[in-house]
Amino acid sequence: MLKDSFFAIFFPSSKIIVNKYAIIKKIAKLIEINYNKKTNFTKESDNMNDTICAISTNTGNNGAISIVRISGPEAIAITSKIFTNLKFATAESHTIHYGYIKWKEEPVDEVLVMKMLAPKTYTTEDIVEINCHGGMISTQKILEILILNGARIAEPGEFTKRAFLNGRINLLEAEAVSDMIEAKTDHARSLAMNGISGKITKLIQNLREEIVNILTNIEVNIDYPEYEDELVITHENILPRIKNITKKLEKIIEESQNGKIIKEGINIAFIGRPNVGKSSLLNAFLEEEKAIVTDVSGTTRDIVEGSISLNGILVNLIDTAGIRDTEDIVEKIGVQKSKEMLETADIIILVLNYNEPLQKEDYELLEIINSKPHIIFLNKNDLPKKINCDKILSNAVLGNTIELTGLDKLKDEIKNRFHLNEFETKDFTYLSNIRQLTLAKQALQNLKSVEVQININTPIDLLEMDLKTAWNQLGLIIGESYEEELVDNLFQKFCLGK
Amino acid sequence: MKYDVIVVGGGHAGCEAAHIAAFMGQNTLLITMNINNIADMPCNPSIGGTAKGIIVREIDALGGLMGKIADQSHFQMKMLNSAKGPAVRSLRAQADKITYPKNMLKALKKTKNLEIKEGIVENIIVCDGRIQKIILSDQTEIETKSLILTTGTYLKSNILIGSENTEGGPHGEKRSNHLSDNLAKLGFKIQRLKTGTPQRIQKDSINFSLLKEELGENKSYTFGWDEKPNYKIEDQQKCYLLYTNEETKKIILDNLDKSAMYGGYASGIGPRYCPSIEDKIVRFKDKERHQLFLEPESLFYDEWYLQGFSTSMPRDVQEKMVHSLKGLEHAKITKYAYAIEYDAIDPLQIKPTLESKLVENLYTAGQINGTSGYEEAAGQGLIAGINASLKLQQKEPFILKRSDAYIGVLIDDLVTKGTNEPYRMLTSRAEYRLLLRHDNADLRLRPLAWKIKSITKEQYERTKQKQDQINDIISILKEKKLKLTAENQKKLASEKIEVNASKTFYELLKRPDINLNKIEEFCPIICNEEMKEQVEIEVKYEGYINKMNRDIEKMLKLEEKLIPENIDYDKIKNLASEAKQKLNKIRPLSIGQASRISGVNPADISILAIYLKKEYAKNE
Repeated sequence: MLKDSFFAIFFPSSKIIVNKYAIIKKIAKLIEINYNKKTNFTKESDNMNDTICAISTNTGNNGAISIVRISGPEAIAITSKIFTNLKFATAESHTIHYGYIKWKEEPVDEVLVMKMLAPKTYTTEDIVEINCHGGMISTQKILEILILNGARIAEPGEFTKRAFLNGRINLLEAEAVSDMIEAKTDHARSLAMNGISGKITKLIQNLREEIVNILTNIEVNIDYPEYEDELVITHENILPRIKNITKKLEKIIEESQNGKIIKEGINIAFIGRPNVGKSSLLNAFLEEEKAIVTDVSGTTRDIVEGSISLNGILVNLIDTAGIRDTEDIVEKIGVQKSKEMLETADIIILVLNYNEPLQKEDYELLEIINSKPHIIFLNKNDLPKKINCDKILSNAVLGNTIELTGLDKLKDEIKNRFHLNEFETKDFTYLSNIRQLTLAKQALQNLKSVEVQININTPIDLLEMDLKTAWNQLGLIIGESYEEELVDNLFQKFCLGK
Repeated sequence: MKYDVIVVGGGHAGCEAAHIAAFMGQNTLLITMNINNIADMPCNPSIGGTAKGIIVREIDALGGLMGKIADQSHFQMKMLNSAKGPAVRSLRAQADKITYPKNMLKALKKTKNLEIKEGIVENIIVCDGRIQKIILSDQTEIETKSLILTTGTYLKSNILIGSENTEGGPHGEKRSNHLSDNLAKLGFKIQRLKTGTPQRIQKDSINFSLLKEELGENKSYTFGWDEKPNYKIEDQQKCYLLYTNEETKKIILDNLDKSAMYGGYASGIGPRYCPSIEDKIVRFKDKERHQLFLEPESLFYDEWYLQGFSTSMPRDVQEKMVHSLKGLEHAKITKYAYAIEYDAIDPLQIKPTLESKLVENLYTAGQINGTSGYEEAAGQGLIAGINASLKLQQKEPFILKRSDAYIGVLIDDLVTKGTNEPYRMLTSRAEYRLLLRHDNADLRLRPLAWKIKSITKEQYERTKQKQDQINDIISILKEKKLKLTAENQKKLASEKIEVNASKTFYELLKRPDINLNKIEEFCPIICNEEMKEQVEIEVKYEGYINKMNRDIEKMLKLEEKLIPENIDYDKIKNLASEAKQKLNKIRPLSIGQASRISGVNPADISILAIYLKKEYAKNE
């Protein structure tokens, strides 16, 4: 809420939810222009020596403060040219300075500027960060001014790329950082942060250690077959160990799916027969008049999107055109689209009219949502009850958009369904991107294959191949995969030799 | 006179190098300190073992001698890991320490183009970066086109027993005092390595009744591909198993400061896989006992080798230690255990052909390159001999890939990763070991050997014929189906095999309960045991083999991306400095090899790959 009130000071008349796509489009246009410039004037080999800049805070979300980051050899000089605080140029490293960014001697924004000199910075180059307070428009203006003064717009992820190429961070950290760049909400940022701090690394490392201990034991059995004192790995004694690892990995993957919710948010589709008040409900959610609301059936043809934040989780609200049998072609398209939207939604909210008996279309909709996660909202409970199905009543949320009742209940229900309350207190130790998740799933598949091979008595040294693959795949997640590890472990853990 | 190839050192590397160079038509001279020590086995009395047994078969497939000579010279043969999968089986022979060297010398003497001479080489003369001649300790100079150094542990070697430190090689032989210094002058990086050997015990002082017998295999085997086994199974000698105990442990811990290694009398780095008994006791304190073996060294003298008891303790402590063992209470030690320190070169300074990066036509093989083991030495000697010959014949070098042979893995590891302890081959070092089996070494390598003419036509034809027959059998199995006739069903029922629908024999063979012998009852095939083994492995493990082949394909793609020899790594922007340094030092031949260098990470590889692409595009 604090953030919102800050925002309101600067944009007193604006709506709380800004259509994020509009801003992204504007930024994209700006980037495009500068990309073109780049290809005209910059040689590719000079890439690493350019001074680059970008808006570092996420452009899609609203926020009182946005940060423009500049990195490279000219970062300090360029900033000094456009900053009113004269001490900045000669100030010490890692200090913050107050002043105005100016354009042709006119102040553009009141800012705090952070100065960080190489090498103790994110990219190991000189970095300047401008904390802007004037909202998106003035932030973009500042970016423009920087470019006019010799900086070039950064490619997506270029700060991280430099940090990586300059040896500042490893592959996993780089990936987590790039996730952070995309992070849309506070929780996603926290998830991304955990990637960097190495919690995932630790979890995966533990699994790998358990696997490598089995691998080493197998190798010892092979290379020193006559050492009778060492444990001989058999199908019987390996199976429970593999199952244990499989279980742990399954848990990591399952929790990572939750991680996806944190990062990408939840998609909620609102459906209902025309005129049951679904757009009014959606608008009540968005606290703004976004979807067109009329009394004429079938006007909400386009799928209107808006987002809210529930417990810090991004919730995308999807309005669907009223689903009903129709001869109108335009409307048919809308209906078709609505059905597609239902497929991609994480949960469906079906709106029914409390004040009417269930109709044929209502029954059809009930059937559509039956096999999918859903919540039923009985709207218009300020009017007399005419709905005729008590079976629905017992599980539904009641409310109306005139008195704005039932909305909190509905939000609570959504929170419950996605365990959003737990997210507040939980540590986020998940695999944070698709590459990591895919590798984990592949590793799991190989572990399962080991279990199958054990059951059909495949020789241990052969099924070990799948186990080794799993071990390597887990290693790829955290950027460790050296066969040498195995040999080292062999000699550390076992007493062998002539 | 000027030789084509001179080989310095008559150990296992030297013998193979000299023989193959001569076989490939080079006028060859083998110089050894003592002709009676040709193919000497100063440590364990065995050839082969896990991984090493596969190397021996590879040597034989490529035209080397070790397999054949071991087949003529052993008194016990064992198939290790016979209960495990086919990929990890290998042979080990208890080789007779008198017979093996004698048979090797005989074979060398019979080799055309090969001369053997006694002498100690102390200096090598290089002219314009190329080898010119060698100088012996008696100042004799001999000119040569190429030189192969296989000096084993004789470079500035010291024998350590407790605090005693004596200059000299194994058996109290003379050592080479100046060669390693002279190599250092040429730019070779010299490192000091250490290895050791246990006590020898007089046979009649051993109480065998207290020890557990270890017998040879009930089936006869050979390493070599060209001859049938010619020993009697019942003539095989026994080895014995025994254990250390609490008393042994106490004696060792009480006297630790007297050991050369723990007392600080030695500077070399010993191998982790071949620790001294004091190492084992100290590092694995909780272990109650350690396994030891007693193995006869020869049928012609009565000394037994006490495997697992290598130590650098002084003699009096060794006496106590040996006598604490059950069965050896009254043992007479005929030779005390000792550690040996010696100079070796940094293998990062050699190419995958085993030619030096510093001096043209100078090759090194065996312990001088930092390896340990007769088999590892022999494999390198063979490759050095082959490449020296090929270069003189102005032919393409012979480099075995990691997916071709254990020898390929060995050399790639050495020249890519280097080693700071004597390197021993392990099956776990070979990532493609399912394909690098001991049973298919001929099929894998004889076609390659024939291309470079390191084997005879006859040897190649035999392998080719075998391969053709295997292919034929497999296509028959794929074509023909088991017909569910009344007769067949009756037969199946009596064997308790359930077959529901008519299937090809190939599909049937995949089942764990069906082997080729069963299939033969329904589908007559002409083949011998050797072929049967190949067919069964190929069919039953097809899934794993295919998976490995896919991995190899990926690896080979990287191997095919060659790095120009004259590349200037300093010119590549953004390459991490550690990677730059390593790449400059190792100068890998391909992106694949570069990616295996420790300290060169994937980001460096992609930067390197991008650079190569850019440069290549420029040249176009």
